[in-house]
Amino acid sequence: MPFVWNFPLFTIVLCLFSGVLCMMLRGRTARNYTIVLEAVLIVMVSAVLWYTYTAGSAFTYSMGEFPAPWGNEIRAGCLEALIALAFLIVMLCSVIGGWRFTALDIDESKINLYFSILNLMTAALMAMAWTNDIFTGYVFVEILTLTSCGVLIAREIGRTTLAAVRYMILNLLGSGLFLLGVVLLYDLTGNLLMVPMHEAIEELWAAGQGIAPLTLAMGIITIGLGIKSGLFPFHYWMPDTYGMATPTSGAVLSSLVSKSYIFLLIKIVWRVVGLDIWREMPVARILFVLGICGMVAGSMSAIRVNNINSMVAFSSAAQIGYIYMGIGLGGPAGFTAAIFHILGHAVTKSLLFLTTPRLAEVSGDSLRFKDLQGSGYRAPESGAFFMLAALSMIGIPIFAGFSSKILFGIAAADEGGWRFFVIMLALAFSTLLNILYFLRTVIRIYTERGSTLTRPVIDMPGGVKWDYVLPAAVLTLANLFLGLFSWAAVDVIEKGLGMFF
Amino acid sequence: MIHNLLSNYVEAGAIVLFGIGFTMLLFHKNLIKKLIGMNIMDTGVFLFLASMGYISGRKAPIIANGVTDMEAYINPVPAGLVLTGIVVSVSVTAVMLALSVRLYKRYHTLDLDDVYALSVHINEDR
Repeated sequence: MPFVWNFPLFTIVLCLFSGVLCMMLRGRTARNYTIVLEAVLIVMVSAVLWYTYTAGSAFTYSMGEFPAPWGNEIRAGCLEALIALAFLIVMLCSVIGGWRFTALDIDESKINLYFSILNLMTAALMAMAWTNDIFTGYVFVEILTLTSCGVLIAREIGRTTLAAVRYMILNLLGSGLFLLGVVLLYDLTGNLLMVPMHEAIEELWAAGQGIAPLTLAMGIITIGLGIKSGLFPFHYWMPDTYGMATPTSGAVLSSLVSKSYIFLLIKIVWRVVGLDIWREMPVARILFVLGICGMVAGSMSAIRVNNINSMVAFSSAAQIGYIYMGIGLGGPAGFTAAIFHILGHAVTKSLLFLTTPRLAEVSGDSLRFKDLQGSGYRAPESGAFFMLAALSMIGIPIFAGFSSKILFGIAAADEGGWRFFVIMLALAFSTLLNILYFLRTVIRIYTERGSTLTRPVIDMPGGVKWDYVLPAAVLTLANLFLGLFSWAAVDVIEKGLGMFF
Repeated sequence: MIHNLLSNYVEAGAIVLFGIGFTMLLFHKNLIKKLIGMNIMDTGVFLFLASMGYISGRKAPIIANGVTDMEAYINPVPAGLVLTGIVVSVSVTAVMLALSVRLYKRYHTLDLDDVYALSVHINEDR
């Protein structure tokens, strides 16, 4: 067994261990430790990505060397490695770039606990990317839920408590449904590992038995994970949750946590149910419709709000809609587009959440649009990064947003029929709406005259340092990379999807 | 249909419990009652799992009197899953109760509609 086979397990175990260790460290030390840890993890995951990509096949690591139907397994292909790598990079950039706000928002004595929770969250993200066992998936879904509540309420103001309660209630509904779905699947197949489950499901489906319970179980799982990731009509908790948390948390929650649930769903669809069976299920069609509705409804809500963070948060609802539309389409091209959009949106949305608090900082600590007038001049770096990210969200060529829209278009053309027209119309309409609210905001932050600043700008908190600019630049470069070299990412994604069998 | 429901009355009851808990968690205004609903919901799933895992006439999977025949024992995995689920449910309940305490300290009510109205009233922005 090559040594690199151990790395996926190392990433999980190291994060879990660091979660405990950070509780004993002092605040700043915990931060530095977390940054070093994440850099090490990035190296490990890159090694896994390189190994699986060059080997052209995935590997399965059985814990305790128990053979297939009994043990617990970790499985790494190049898609899992790519997702884990993207998650770690975004996490690292959010931790470094959000530090100046974290230090202000969180009590000095509790910062080590914040990093402890972040490390546990990373462990859950990694485990959900690697696991080959559906019940392990459930356990880490719950850990992710608890830790996301933790990073949300780390900023102790009233609104975050209320936001956390609402977020947790919806998440608990989602977890309950997901657990019931997993239990139903277990009862039907008698297995928890994905490969034997898939074999049993294929057998059942071919024999025409248990079609109703299988569809029910998949429906429950899909709705459960959909609620947790903010699928339309369950997206109303987003602005409070993402917008009120400290910027690092907001970036991590919107770009990683919700994506992690979606990736688990994609794994279940491919590796447990199988693509052919998924396409025959009505669940896929319902998901398609909900995705389209989300694309429009999320943008509509984003237009109405008067606060920049709520707008950015509601635009997540629209982007989640894109991803679910791709999954609901059911073809491999749809999944490729959805996964590409997961990556593109993760780097863009985290950048947006890192820039908005700085824009607010130079506008009298207000996130309202009318106070942000001209803030692009007062905080030139943030203004520029915000504009680049906004252009990507709209879908201007050379940015990631453009490539993912092209990929969705190609997937729709592959599918043909009425869905092609629906998707093209939805894409066009959603792009228009995106232009309406993102470009409006960009123009506003670069318009000096007529500024109606109600509160005087007390002082302009010092300039920004490399620890703010560097992560934002890395995220922007990642965005440009995904936009300019989308073929490379698509190649890895397609190869990884091919390894799913 | 009815016959199936009657012969699987434990599972049917479990799903009813799940439904009760789910609606309570979704629709009840009071946070503590929501949490009770969540616990009922989880208990429903555990009952479902436990009843599916039990086969009448068989024994717990501990080899006694030298009987090694597989048919004599039940599968221990569902029980293990129930235990894991209980642990998860307990920790989620603990976190939610802590959150309720914090919410109550700030707003002096557990009625979520009231909390929301209060929060809008005092216009907490940032």
